[in-house]
Order: sequence, then C-alpha cells, then structure tokens
Amino acid sequence: MKHKTFLSFMLPSAIAMLLFIALPIVSVFTQSLFIEHEKVLITVENCVPLGGCTMETVVDTEAAAKLKAERPLGQFNGFGTYTNRNHLAFDEVSAFWHSSDTLGEFARQLYGLPFYKALSFTLAYTFLVTPLVIILGFCIALAVNALPRMLKGLAIFFSLLPMMVTPLIGSLILFWMIDSRGVLGQTLQVLLNDPDLSLRASPALTWIMLMVYGVWHSAPFAFVVFYAGLQTVPQDTLESAMIDGASRWERVRYVVLPYLMPLVTFIALIQLMDNFRVFEPIVGFSAEASATSLSWIIYNDLRGEFQLFGSAAATSMLTILGVAVLLTPVLIRTWRDFKGARP
Amino acid sequence: MSEARATRRSPTVRLFLMGFLALWLIAAAFPFMWTLWGSFKVQSDFFSIQDWRNALWGTRTVIETGAPFTGAGYEGAWIQEGFGGAVFNTLIVTVCVVAISLTFGTLGGYALSRSSYNYTFWILMTALVFRAMPHITLVSGYLLPFFELNIWGYLSTTIIVLVAINQPFTIWMLRSFFMNIPKDLDESAMVDGCTRFQAFRYVIIPVMWPGVITTGLFSFLLAYNDFAVTAMLLSKENQTMVPKIASFLGSTQQEGNVMFAVAAVVSATAPLFVLVLFFQRQIVSGLTAGAVKG
Repeated sequence: MKHKTFLSFMLPSAIAMLLFIALPIVSVFTQSLFIEHEKVLITVENCVPLGGCTMETVVDTEAAAKLKAERPLGQFNGFGTYTNRNHLAFDEVSAFWHSSDTLGEFARQLYGLPFYKALSFTLAYTFLVTPLVIILGFCIALAVNALPRMLKGLAIFFSLLPMMVTPLIGSLILFWMIDSRGVLGQTLQVLLNDPDLSLRASPALTWIMLMVYGVWHSAPFAFVVFYAGLQTVPQDTLESAMIDGASRWERVRYVVLPYLMPLVTFIALIQLMDNFRVFEPIVGFSAEASATSLSWIIYNDLRGEFQLFGSAAATSMLTILGVAVLLTPVLIRTWRDFKGARP
Repeated sequence: MSEARATRRSPTVRLFLMGFLALWLIAAAFPFMWTLWGSFKVQSDFFSIQDWRNALWGTRTVIETGAPFTGAGYEGAWIQEGFGGAVFNTLIVTVCVVAISLTFGTLGGYALSRSSYNYTFWILMTALVFRAMPHITLVSGYLLPFFELNIWGYLSTTIIVLVAINQPFTIWMLRSFFMNIPKDLDESAMVDGCTRFQAFRYVIIPVMWPGVITTGLFSFLLAYNDFAVTAMLLSKENQTMVPKIASFLGSTQQEGNVMFAVAAVVSATAPLFVLVLFFQRQIVSGLTAGAVKG
C-alpha cells in the first residue's frame, strides 16, 4: 500500500488517538507541574453594634476566582507534587527508613502513606489475580471441553456472564450478597460461627473479597481463550502420547499445556494491563477504607468540590510510568520477534 | 473412534470435572439470579437482619405490601429517580460510539492489514501502549482543557472520548480480521482498474461483516460498561446508566433507596443478558481472534 493511501485510510483513527490519548498525556504531565493557587487571605474589620470591632482574616473568594481565571493551571511547582507526602513522599520514606528497626516496621509505616498504600494493593491485585485467572480459566476450559456437545453452549453462556456484566454492577451485585445482612454474609457468619463477622470490617478480608471479585470477573476471558485453543490441539499428538504410555495428567502437562503456552502469554498480557487499572470494584464494594488503588486515588482527587488537578496528574504520571515498566518486557520481545522475522 | 479414545476420561476424573464445573457455574450465575429475585422484594427482606431466607419467601414483603412480589424498587428507580433518562442517554452514547468507532476502525484496520512498512509495526505498538493506559489517567488530562473549552458535561464530548479510547482495541481486532481476507481479492480488483478506496468499498466491505459485527459488540460493551469516563465527564442531567447507579448509592440512608439501586442494576444487566444470548458465538470468536491468529 502506498504511503499516501495508507495515511488517508489511517487518518481518522490516528487523529482520534492523537487528540484524546496522546495529547491528554502531555496535558497530564503539564498539570502535574502545577498546584492550586494559595488562598488569598485578607484582613477585614468586623464591627457589630455595641460589641466593638474585631479584626478577622478571611479568604478572599473574589481574588481567588480572578487568579483562577487568569491562570487556570495554578502556580508552578516543578516536581514538588511528585515528592510531597501524598505521592512519593521522599522525606517521610527516608525518615521511616532511619527510624524503623525492622523491615516489617518500615513496611508498615510506608503503608500509612496514601500513594504506597494504593501501590501495594494495585501490585498485589495485579500479580495475584492474573495467575489465578489463568489457572481457573484453564480448569474451566478443560471441564467444559469434557461436556457432551449439547450442554456446552449452555455452560459457555453462564460462564460468560461475570465477564460481560459492567464491572461496577458486578461488584455491586457481589457486595450486596456479601453484606453482613446479605445471603453470603449470613451464610459465612453461620459457617464460621461468628455472628459479628463483617467482611468490610477487616482489611485482610476486604483484600480477599476484591481479589475474589477480580478472579470471578476475569476467569471467563481466560476460559474462552483456552477453550478455543483446546479445539485446535492436534489429536494425533495426544494419541501418540497415549500410545507411549502417558497418563491423562502427563498428556495435559506435556502436550496440551506447551501447545497452549502462547495463549498463556496473551492472557497474561491482557490481564496485567486490565488488573493494573483496578478501580470499579473499590467503588462498588466501598472498600476505600481498607484498599485503594492508583486509579482510585486519581478518581478521589478529581471528584468533590475542590478538584486537585495537580495531585491527580502527578499520580497519573506515576501510574503511566508503572504501565510502561509493566509493558517493557513485552515490547522488547515483540521488537526482537519483529527484527527476527525480517531478513 | 480414535478421537473419542484419546479424550476419554475415567469416571472419577469425569465426576471431579463435573463437580468443579457445577461449582463454577453456580458461582457465575447464582449472583444474577439472586439479585433478580431479590429486586422484587423490600429492603428488609433482601438485606434481612433476621434470616436470609426471608428474601426467598418475601416474609416482610408480604407484611409491608400484601403480596410476595413488589415492583416498588423499579417504580422508584424508573419513575421517581428518572432512570429512563439515563437509559436514553446510554442508548445515544452506545449507538454513536459503535457507529463512529467502526467507521474509523475499519479504515485504519484495513490500512494496517495491507501495509508492510516499518511504521505499521510502530503504530500497532503505540496502540498497544495506549490500550494499556488506565482510563482514569486520561480523564485527569481531559478535565481541565474541557473546562477551559467549555465542552465538559455534554454527551457528544463523551462519545468522542470513548471512540478514541476504543480505537487501539478496535484497530487491532479489525486488523486481525482483515488479515484473514486474502490480499488477492482487493488486489485483483485494483488490477481491474479500481482505486484502493473502490476496492475497499466494493470488494472488502461486502465480505467483512462477521468481523465488523464482532468488533462492534466489543465497542458496545466498552461504551456500555464504562464508569471512569462517564462518571467524570458527564454533567448530572446527562448521566448514563452506570454513573446514575453510582449516584443512587450516595443516598442509601433512606429506607427503600437501596432497592432503587438494586432494581436499576437489574435493569442495566438485562440488555447484556440478551446480548450474550444472541451473540455468544461472535463474542467467543472475538475474544479468541487476537490470541489464536497472533
């Protein structure tokens, strides 16, 4: 295809991506260098009849609005936002490092800082949910594959539901069931013989609950990909393995699994990207007291009456950096494949 | 015969697999059934302090309303809270997003599938990186410029943003579908005197529908399921379903309000059920298109 034709075909899509994905990243970076204007304080004399006069310091809203209209970005702060207490918190971290005796104590103090709290949950979620999704999805695919033909369609239909449902809605549905007055919450209370058990009260249980949701939501995706892959496993290889005396388990381990390995890479890539931005379940489960994620703290900065654009932008830049780190191995590998494929 | 032998399983393994599958299917389907059933009860049954079985029989529902089922939640959500408006907004957003992203995506995906220059690779890689961007990070970049340009809060802004966010995925998926359409088809049309666009219009478009329908389904799901963009970029009166449901949750103090949210959740899930029911095959083929064909 000629360069010019290629360009004209690609143009609408490219412009959309440049304007609304590439440019916003630039905008986020710019915003992250600024912080909100300081409050303009003025002193006014407040006189009441018979009470005399007092001097009062109040916020000058008019001047603040004017300042905001002139320079909507706020005042220049350089990389100050990145290093303050709500983000990387260099001062606090080094203070903790010197004051704490054990690594555990240091980690606990670090967890008290909002950014590190969110980062630890995001990473734990990403790296626990992804492998669990792959394992569960593979098992479901094996089981569905063993069903009689007429039941397969039905099983696939029900298996797809958790993935297709809106993440916020899916987490709400589970949240209502797991509520201490809901069906699952009460069943757990009976099973564990603890009438005061509330999954929301304990941070550890909240983490588990969110991850169970994550696995529930994403396992169907892994299942469908594996299921399609299983249909293409060469039957002759399976059969010759059986003739050679391989047990059922050995056939799965040495024939099916290696054959499906590229699919594992594919699912892992997609899941790492999706799980790293975990956000809706925290809103749905109202779990912010015990678990926050990077996406959630950005959302939290942006909502409400006073939107902290600088703070949200700095967290966004750090999140994008995290995505880049996560994707680097994949990009390097694809680049090598690409170079290798060409003479 | 031989195929059956290679995949035959012993009764124990079969039993174990079926037991496991039954557990999974219950985990996958039960929450939806339960919420659908519970949405016709009153709050003190669905969130029962005494006994969860009340939600099954509707004990309090009978006492409070005189019948074992009540449509009060739906009435509250749709009539009192105006959920219908949100449904209408969702309809506009999803239809426009699907139409625009497919138009942009087929053009781009076709070009990417028919070009073998270096820059094709780089465009695809950039799209992959863009695909990985958490949506909320982009939203934090939109807000201030949108406020300044005075385009915040409108459905049209949200539609364009969702189209753009959707593009990386759309062009990847459509490219993999176009790779399966033989190059000879459009090339022979061009030998016969068609321009590239005519070849695309008269030769490729008639045979590309399966891929376009599948990709359209996923564009629909992205627009329908989005929370980060719609919650932050739409003004209160323009809200679509998902942010509307989220805003129901803010006012859960009043008795009965939670049931509004439950009813709204069921209403918003119903179209997805129908979608899976009718397009199961396309969804499965779409999920595997990227993986199996590389």
